Amino acid sequence: MNTKNRTQDLILFIFLCILAILFLTPILLVLMNSFKGRFFISDTPFALPTTQTFSGIKNYVSGIAKTGFLPAFGYSLFITVFSVGAIVLFTSMTAWCITRVKSKLSTVIYFLMVFSMIVPFQMVMFTMSKMANIMHLDNPIGIIVIYLGFGAGLSVFIFSGFIKGIPHEIEEAATIDGCNPIQTFFLIVFPILKPISITVAILNTMWVWNDYLLPYLVIGNSYKTIPIAVQYLQGGYGSRDMGAMMAMLVLAIIPIVVFYLTSQKYIIKGVVAGAVKG
Amino acid sequence: MQKMPKLFYAFFTLPTIIAFLIAFLIPFLLGIYLSFTEFTTVTNSHWVGVGNYILAFSDDKNFLNAAIFTAKFAVVSIILINVFAFLLALLLTRKIKGTNGFRTVFFMPNLIGGIVLGYIWQLLINGVLIKFGVDITFSANYGFWGLVVLMNWQMVGYMMIIYIAGIQGIPTELIEAAKIDGANSWQTLRSIIIPMVMPAVTICTFLTVTNSFKLFDQNLALTAGAPGRASAMLALDIFNTFYGRVGSEGVGQAKAVMFFIIVGLIVMLQLLLTRKREVES
Repeated sequence: MNTKNRTQDLILFIFLCILAILFLTPILLVLMNSFKGRFFISDTPFALPTTQTFSGIKNYVSGIAKTGFLPAFGYSLFITVFSVGAIVLFTSMTAWCITRVKSKLSTVIYFLMVFSMIVPFQMVMFTMSKMANIMHLDNPIGIIVIYLGFGAGLSVFIFSGFIKGIPHEIEEAATIDGCNPIQTFFLIVFPILKPISITVAILNTMWVWNDYLLPYLVIGNSYKTIPIAVQYLQGGYGSRDMGAMMAMLVLAIIPIVVFYLTSQKYIIKGVVAGAVKG
Repeated sequence: MQKMPKLFYAFFTLPTIIAFLIAFLIPFLLGIYLSFTEFTTVTNSHWVGVGNYILAFSDDKNFLNAAIFTAKFAVVSIILINVFAFLLALLLTRKIKGTNGFRTVFFMPNLIGGIVLGYIWQLLINGVLIKFGVDITFSANYGFWGLVVLMNWQMVGYMMIIYIAGIQGIPTELIEAAKIDGANSWQTLRSIIIPMVMPAVTICTFLTVTNSFKLFDQNLALTAGAPGRASAMLALDIFNTFYGRVGSEGVGQAKAVMFFIIVGLIVMLQLLLTRKREVES
C-alpha cells in the first residue's frame, strides 16, 4: 500500500468516526437529558447537566410510576416471546405442509398468505380489533393469536422459499423408515430449518416488540406495552413531563441495544435474508 | 410427498389458518363490505353505496392533502436514503479499519421503534427550532423535513447493509479486469459497480416506498399531524378519520380501501419491474 492510499484511508476513517458520532448523538442527547430536571429539558436540550439542573434518577422513578413501566416491560416481553414462538412453530409447519403437498388447497393457502403481506394494517385495523373484542382475544394471551394470523404471510413466504431448496430424499427415507408426517417434520425437517427459523424469529421480534397501533387498539385499554406506555406520557400538549419522557425513552432503548449487541450477527444476516426474499 | 392424510394436513395447517382467518381474512373482507356502508359498530351497518368514497374527498381536503404529503415524502426519502446508503456502503467495502464497528453503529437506529424514534427527534428538532422561537408544529414544512431526517436516520443503515451485500457479491475479477483495461475509479463505479448492484437498488427502492407509504408511528410521535392536520400522512389520516369523531367510520374504511389499492398498485409495479429484470439477466 502506498502513502497516498494510506492518507486517503486515514481521512476516510476520521470522516466515518465523525459520522458515527453524529449517528449516536440523538440517543446520547436523550440519555443526557434524562438526568436533568423536567423544566430544563425542552428549552436547553443541548446544555450539559449542571449542579442546578442535575436531578439524578428522579425522572426514572417518576416515569416508572406514571407509566407503569415495569408491567409494560413484562407485557411486551411476554407478548413478544410467545407470539414469535407461535409464529415460528406454526408457520414453519404450514409452510412445509403446503410446499410438500401439491394440491389446489395448498396453492390457495399460499397465495392468500402472500396477498396478506401487501395489505396495510389500516385496512383491517377497525374490523380486526372488533373481531378480537368479540372473540375475547383482547388480552395478552389472545393477542398472540392475532400476531400469528397477521404475521403468517411473511413468515410462511420466507419458510416456503427455504423449504423448496431442501431435497425431498431425506424426508422420503424417514417415511420409508416408518415415520409419520409429524415425526418427519419435528425430527428431520424442523432441525434443518434452524437458520431460516432464526431469520423469521428476528424479523418478527423487531416487529412485535416495537409495534404500537395493533396492541393499542386490541389491548391498549387494559394492558400497556412499552410503546403504548411511552405514547401515554405524551398526554395533552404542553402538560407532559419531559423528564419522565426522557427516562422512558432511555428505558425503552436499553433492551433493544442489549438484544442487538448480543445477537448482532444473526440480526444483520436475518435482515439481509428477509429483505432479499421479501 | 404428494399426498398426506387429511388429518395430518389439518394438524399442520389449521392453527395458522384459524389465526389467519380471525386476524386477517375475515376483517379484510368485512372491511371491504363496510366501506360501502354507514356504521359505528360492525353489526349496525346500512348500505350507502359509494357515498363514503365521495365523502372521503368532498367532506374535507385532509385525505387529498395527506396523499400529496405522503407522495412527496416518499419521493424525497427514496432518493436521499438510497444515495446515502449507497455511499456509506461504498466507504465500508474499502477494507478500512473498524468497518464492523461502523456498520454496527449505522444499523442500530433501525431496531428502535417508531414511537420512540419520533420522540427522540422531537427533542432534537425542537431544541434547534427554539433558538428561532418556534417548534416543529409551527409549519408542515418542519414536520416534513423532520420526518425525512428521522427516516434517513432509521433506514440508511438497513439499506446500507443490503448494498454492502450487493457490492460484495460482485466478482473481483470483473473489477480487476476493468483496472487492467485502464478504467479509473469513477468509470469502474459507473460501468461495473452500479449496474451490478441494480437488484439491490430495486429491493431498497421497494422497501423505502412501502415503508414511506405505511409510515404511522413516527408521524404520530413526531408531529401527530400538527399544525392542524397539515403534516398527517395517509395512515395517520385514516386513523384520525376512524377514531376522531363518531359516525365517520364508513369514510375511514373507504379511505383505508383506497390506501390498500395505492399500496397494492405500487407492489404490483415493483413485481413487474423485478420480473422483467430477471428475464433480461
